[in-house]
Amino acid sequence: MRNVWAVATRELRSYFLSPLAYVVIALFLALAGYLFALILANGREASLRGLVQNVSVLYLFIVPAISMRLLAEEQRTGTVELLLTNPVQEWEIVTGKFLASIMLVLVMLALTLLYPLFLYVFGSPDSGPIITGYLGIFLQAAAFLSVGLWASSMTQNQIVAAIVAFAFLLILWLSDNLGQFLGGTIGSIVSYTSVINHFQSFPQGVIQSNDVIYYLTLVLAGIVLSTLSLQSRRYR
Amino acid sequence: MIRVEHLIKNYGPRVAVADVTFDVDKGEVLGFLGPNGAGKTTTMRILTGYLPPSGGRAEVAGFDVATQSLQARANIGYLPETVPLYPDMSVRSYLDFMGKIKGVKDRRREVDRAMEKSRIAHRASDQIGKLSKGLRQRVGLAQALLGDPPVLILDEPTSGLDPKQIIETRNLIKSLGGEHTVILSTHILPEVAATCSRIVIISNGRVVAEDTPENLDRRLKGAESIAVMVRGPRDQVTKALKGVPRVLSVQMEGDAHTANGLATFTVQSEVGADIREALAKAVVNGGFGLMELRPAHLSLEEIFLQLTTTDAQLEEAGA
Repeated sequence: MRNVWAVATRELRSYFLSPLAYVVIALFLALAGYLFALILANGREASLRGLVQNVSVLYLFIVPAISMRLLAEEQRTGTVELLLTNPVQEWEIVTGKFLASIMLVLVMLALTLLYPLFLYVFGSPDSGPIITGYLGIFLQAAAFLSVGLWASSMTQNQIVAAIVAFAFLLILWLSDNLGQFLGGTIGSIVSYTSVINHFQSFPQGVIQSNDVIYYLTLVLAGIVLSTLSLQSRRYR
Repeated sequence: MIRVEHLIKNYGPRVAVADVTFDVDKGEVLGFLGPNGAGKTTTMRILTGYLPPSGGRAEVAGFDVATQSLQARANIGYLPETVPLYPDMSVRSYLDFMGKIKGVKDRRREVDRAMEKSRIAHRASDQIGKLSKGLRQRVGLAQALLGDPPVLILDEPTSGLDPKQIIETRNLIKSLGGEHTVILSTHILPEVAATCSRIVIISNGRVVAEDTPENLDRRLKGAESIAVMVRGPRDQVTKALKGVPRVLSVQMEGDAHTANGLATFTVQSEVGADIREALAKAVVNGGFGLMELRPAHLSLEEIFLQLTTTDAQLEEAGA
């Protein structure tokens, strides 16, 4: 655990030493703020529902930008060899990297707390859906980052990592269409893999175990696959 | 301290390390010499647990590098060939991070000590990305020294340095012997002559020679050697071979061919003396079976030639 934390804090610091973190956070806040204002002006409803349901689209672009360098850069510069010739294991590096990206997203989401603050100042929103809504977008970020981490583990090139992550996330979006086309049991299994079917209940104040399991499964899968991918040098 | 036994590494059909065996005793500085692509880096990556061997075994500080990798790694300070650093970090924070990873106790003081030893302390708060190649190499070396590991594995630690820095680095490495067990890989001959107590030369993934720098030198310059494979009682054969004029020494090689009474002897003669005919005659007259007679260590000479000519100007620079 000591190593996980060391890797995570180093990576987080590295995010903020480069312009990347600031650019990503600024873009996210600008777009989220725009959506929030637009939805609020149109609906005149003191809730975050509209925003939360749209954050997923922002993630499609934001998450690959956050995750692309995580493992690709270490593999390009050879620092991964440095880490792995010390008493550090692959899963510790992978988990540390994942935690660093999660912490970056937490900072990003914390800055959006301004929006509900507005709602509380100028209206009386229902707190439950806001809290569950945040839980939903947090879980979704974790799942997406884990997928992005896996993409980053497979290449030394950040751009390739970003594009692959984007493609994977897009597939998670579009698999619902395929499921509906297929129909039947297979169709509903394919539809279950689609993120579209797992972020609707949170902003309504409902936490469904099926959604939570979906996100946590993606997190775990991403971490395990990234670990295997780092270990694969041994079999080449 | 380090024991390598019949190490083999294949990358698919390509053989990087064919059969490497050597030992390094505690406190020794071993020169690991060979032309580029001989298998030096691969061997070091196996020793440091980065790659698993395809065959054979290796032990560091009593731990098998394949099955007790973490314990073995905990005893090694490693400087890879492409000194891997995080360019956006400062020297101190980078070393602090590496200290955490290595589980170094009293980290702040240990980082100071390592920086002092590799002469980078004066740039402690500089960003690594802005340092020159020579200074980066020192940061890499400081990283390897963190936690005072008993074993140091340095992969071409002087590549890309200017002559003055090379000499400084060599002196540092030399001073590490005794306290640390060091493997130093290089493709520059004067480097090992200047720093190492023993040399292992590998070529095409095989050990082709292992000796002290002085002996290797003598073997190359002062004598010529011939390998003779003979069937017969060893003592008598040795005696017969020693009886040949201008022979300096006779050595039996290993015990590889003892099964059916065959043994290979390395016969060293004075320079310029072609004693092959005389040797053959001695063996036949003694009533032994002459199976093979060939010039030995020709490949070694070739390698040395390659090694010595790659960096002639370095030799001048003060090795």
